[in-house]
Amino acid sequence: MATEAWEDSLSGHLHSKFAQAILKTESFRGQPFAETTPSEFHNVVVFLRDDHAFDYLCDLTALDYPKDEARFELVAILYSFTHNRRVRIKTRFPESFHPQSLSDVYLAANWLEREIFDMFGIHFAGHPNLKRILMPDDWQGFPLRKEVNILDMDQSWVQNNLGIESGQ
Amino acid sequence: MESVNHLETSEMVLNMGPQHPSTHGVLRLVLKLDGERVKAVECVIGYLHRGVEKIGENRTYTQFAPYVDRMDYISAVSNGLGYCLAVEGLIGVEAPPRAQIVRVIFAELNRIASHLLWLGTSALDLGAMTALFYCLREREEVLKIFENYCGARLTTHAFRIGGLQYELHDTFEAETRAFSEMFKKRLDEYDQLLTNNPIWIERLKGVGILTAEECKSWGVSGPMIRAAGLAWDLRKAQPYSGYDQFDFDIPTRQGADSYDRYLVRIDEMRQSLRIIDQALEKIPSGAIMAKVPKVLKPPPGEVYVSIEAPKGELGYYIVSDGSLHPYRLRVRPPSFINLASLEKMAVGALVADVVAIIGTIDIVLGEVDR
Repeated sequence: MATEAWEDSLSGHLHSKFAQAILKTESFRGQPFAETTPSEFHNVVVFLRDDHAFDYLCDLTALDYPKDEARFELVAILYSFTHNRRVRIKTRFPESFHPQSLSDVYLAANWLEREIFDMFGIHFAGHPNLKRILMPDDWQGFPLRKEVNILDMDQSWVQNNLGIESGQ
Repeated sequence: MESVNHLETSEMVLNMGPQHPSTHGVLRLVLKLDGERVKAVECVIGYLHRGVEKIGENRTYTQFAPYVDRMDYISAVSNGLGYCLAVEGLIGVEAPPRAQIVRVIFAELNRIASHLLWLGTSALDLGAMTALFYCLREREEVLKIFENYCGARLTTHAFRIGGLQYELHDTFEAETRAFSEMFKKRLDEYDQLLTNNPIWIERLKGVGILTAEECKSWGVSGPMIRAAGLAWDLRKAQPYSGYDQFDFDIPTRQGADSYDRYLVRIDEMRQSLRIIDQALEKIPSGAIMAKVPKVLKPPPGEVYVSIEAPKGELGYYIVSDGSLHPYRLRVRPPSFINLASLEKMAVGALVADVVAIIGTIDIVLGEVDR
C-alpha cells in the first residue's frame, strides 16, 4: 500500500510514550493509523482515551491473513469528540495469542469483541461474556476466516441434500 | 415450624420474541423479571444474519453495491451513499457536483422516510394507532419519488460508484417541492397529535435514560446521542457529499430519555426539509458520473468512511489488496452498536417500558444481523 508517514504531535506522543511498541505510524488517503505490538495494544488505546480524549470507539474489527505467521490483525477505530478526528490502531498476532479485551475501556467493545470471536475465533482475555453473537451457538468454524469458502459450502450442501450440481 | 415468607417474590425469566410485533423484526430478548421490574436483559440476535461482509469478499466492488441496500432496508439510500463514498475514497474519485447535490436530496428524503416509519411503528407499539396511518401516508409520497427516479421503492440502489446512473426524471423537482410543502404542515399535525399528548408523555418521559457519557462509552450515535445533549452530527462534524453548502441546525435535547429522542427525530425531519428546499434551488447542471474505470481495481490500501445515516454513524472500512474483490469489507452498523446499550437502559424499567425503549433506539434487524 502506498502509504505516507504520519507525522504530527499525536504520532510524536505515541512514539515518545511507547517507543519500541509502536511499530509504524502511517497514513493512507489522509487517514492515519498506527501499528503496535500485540502486548501493548490495550495500553496504547487506554493512553489515547485518557491523555488524548479519544473517548469513542467507533469500531473494532479484525482481518485474517492465513499465509502469515501472525495471521490476525485487530483494528480499533477511535474517534475524539474534542479534536474531531479519527485514528486507527492495529496490531498483528498469531492464532495462539489472546489479546486483552477492551471491554473495560469502552463498553461498546463488549458486543464488537463477541462478533470478532464469532467470525474469526479470536479469544479476548478478560471479556465478561465471550460467546457467539450472530451465528448459531452450535456453529462449527469461523465464517470470516479466509479458508471458509462460501461457494464450496453452497456446492457441498446442494450435493449432499439435493444430490445435484449447484451450478454456482 | 419452618417460617415461610409468602410475600417473597421469585425471579422469572420471560422470553420476548423473536416473533413479537414490538421487537421490530426478529429480535429476541431474555428478560429476567422481579414482578414487573426488569432485573437483567440479554439480547439474542443473528436470526437475520446473511453474512454480508463475507459476501462482500466474494463479489467485485460494483457487484456488491446492491447488497448494502438490504442491510438497513428502511434507509437503503443512505447505505448506498456510504458505500459509494467509501469506494470512491479508495479509488480517489469524487462524484461531480450535480451528483453530490442530488445524492443529498435523496439521502434527506430517505431520512424523512426512515424517521416516519420509526414514528409510526413505535407509536403503534405504545398504543397510538392513528400515527401509523398518517406516517405511512406521508412516507408513500417519498417512496413514489424514489420509484419514479429509479424504479424501486425500498431497495433502491439509487447511486453508482462515481455518481448516479440515471439523470433526474422530468417531474422530480415538482414532486419534491410538492412533498416538501405538504409535509411541513403534516409535521405540525404530528406535533398536535403526539407531542403534548399526556399518554405519550407519560409513556416516554424519563424512560430509557442514557447520558452523554454513557452514550460515548457504549458507542451510541445518531439521534440517541443528540437527545443526550451532544450536538454531534457527521454532516456537520466531517461534511461529505457537499453538506457544508447547506444551512441547517443540529437538533439536540438534554433529557437523554425516550421522549427527547422522539423530539430530536421530529426536529430532524424539519431540518431535512430545510436542506431539501435549499438543494432544490441549486442543483447544478453538468455530468452525473465521474470518470470511473469499467473494471474497478482499487490500489492496495484501506479507508474508513462514515456518514450520518438516519440511525447513526454508518461506516464502511474497506481493505483492498489490489485485486477485483475487497480483501475485507467491514460495515460499522449503527443499529447493532446502539442496540447493545439496551442491556443497560432496560435494567430497572418496567416490562412495558422495554417496548418503548426498543422503539426509540430505532433498530432495524437487517442491519443488526447483517
